[in-house]
Amino acid sequence: MTRPGEFYQRDRSIQPPAFTPGYKTSVARSPRYSMISLQNSVSEITGPRFGHNDIDAGDNDLLTNYAKAGESPIGERIILHGRVLDENARPVPNTLVEIWQANAGGRYRHKKDTYLAPIDPNFGGCGRTLTDENGYFFFRTVKPGAYPWRNMVNNWRPAHIHVSVFGLGFVQRLITQCYFEGDPLIPICPIVQTIPDAEAIEQLIAKLDLNATVPLDSIAYKFDIVLRGRRSTLFENRLEGN
Amino acid sequence: MPQELAYLKESASQTAGPYVHIGLAPGAAGFDIYRQELGHDITGPNAKGQRIRVEGRVIDGMGAPIKDVLLEVWQANAEGHYAHPEGGGPVEDGFRGWGRVISDFDTGEWSFETVKPGTTRGRNVGTQAPHLNFWIVARGINIGLNTRMYFGDEDTANKADPVLNLIEWTHRRATLIAKRSEKGGLPTYRFDIQLQGENETVFFDV
Repeated sequence: MTRPGEFYQRDRSIQPPAFTPGYKTSVARSPRYSMISLQNSVSEITGPRFGHNDIDAGDNDLLTNYAKAGESPIGERIILHGRVLDENARPVPNTLVEIWQANAGGRYRHKKDTYLAPIDPNFGGCGRTLTDENGYFFFRTVKPGAYPWRNMVNNWRPAHIHVSVFGLGFVQRLITQCYFEGDPLIPICPIVQTIPDAEAIEQLIAKLDLNATVPLDSIAYKFDIVLRGRRSTLFENRLEGN
Repeated sequence: MPQELAYLKESASQTAGPYVHIGLAPGAAGFDIYRQELGHDITGPNAKGQRIRVEGRVIDGMGAPIKDVLLEVWQANAEGHYAHPEGGGPVEDGFRGWGRVISDFDTGEWSFETVKPGTTRGRNVGTQAPHLNFWIVARGINIGLNTRMYFGDEDTANKADPVLNLIEWTHRRATLIAKRSEKGGLPTYRFDIQLQGENETVFFDV
């Protein structure tokens, strides 16, 4: 008898804990009891799937998906591309990747954002795409600006793009943020600092990828995303995956 | 030095932040950009079974409702099948079993309609009581929180559920069981999620 393979347990030593007082909002929003560890059942190994009927081809182009005809958003034109992989280094194909970000001035198109930098009439700030059969994805956008936020009196977020990924099972669901190589705000950001592992922080910093630029058009950054890995199909009489 | 294992490491999670709506529910952020937003229709038009409403709030450690929370729900259909190749069996055409809901910016209340799921197969033997799987993100939540909602009118199935029975503190099992009432002709289940405090909801490390 076969059973579907389970996901590897999450390595909590590289993930931010719930309670991180340097990021003040987490204090009242963090559970205090231990989570109950749950071995995967059918509810965990399965998850929603998406197809090309769900989204449109231009949804991954933030330079055009909200701009008026013939106009473009202001800012540094970038390509953000990479692969979604699992911990076994296998590509995760046909999975939904959604992003959102501030405009080049550090302002979000959101009714709750009141920062004094202006809204860009040609920039919505969100995009989505499905990875291809090799787990590859790309977006065109502008590089977001840094912005101040209320935590300590004078905290600034490094330039970042929020990234949401599904994977193949609901327990692979992940939201993270993509930072940009060379930004001096990264090491002093209280939200970055919720991550307890230096290498795990490095893994969230997209690297300049000169080979992927479009000369005289757009600069490129490479950002790979790793989701939890999965055992091969388990057999009742074998304890290990193969 | 021993050989290295060639595994990659999972990317670290970061908070969804206060502007999660821009990416995942842009209409709520205040603009219209996509042909369709995803996650509004959990069941599709052909789903069989009892239509229900689920409502609640996510409440912080000060007792205040969180007004910028986003929840995703993942569920089986009325026959206990997930819309997935390993989901236990076929589902109705158009049934996805996944939804996305945000709280009201003023009250923190959220609600959605769906069908009541059936029992699903257990991990080893037996069955799991009908339940909804939730994943919760918001500003101040560093990594998405996983929990389950069970149904207050499924007492027999709940008592036999292998996951509820894992919870050593029997009184905490009640934090996962939604109370049923009737509203507008629909069975309505109330599921308030407490992030902290005496009645902290049980969260799972899945």
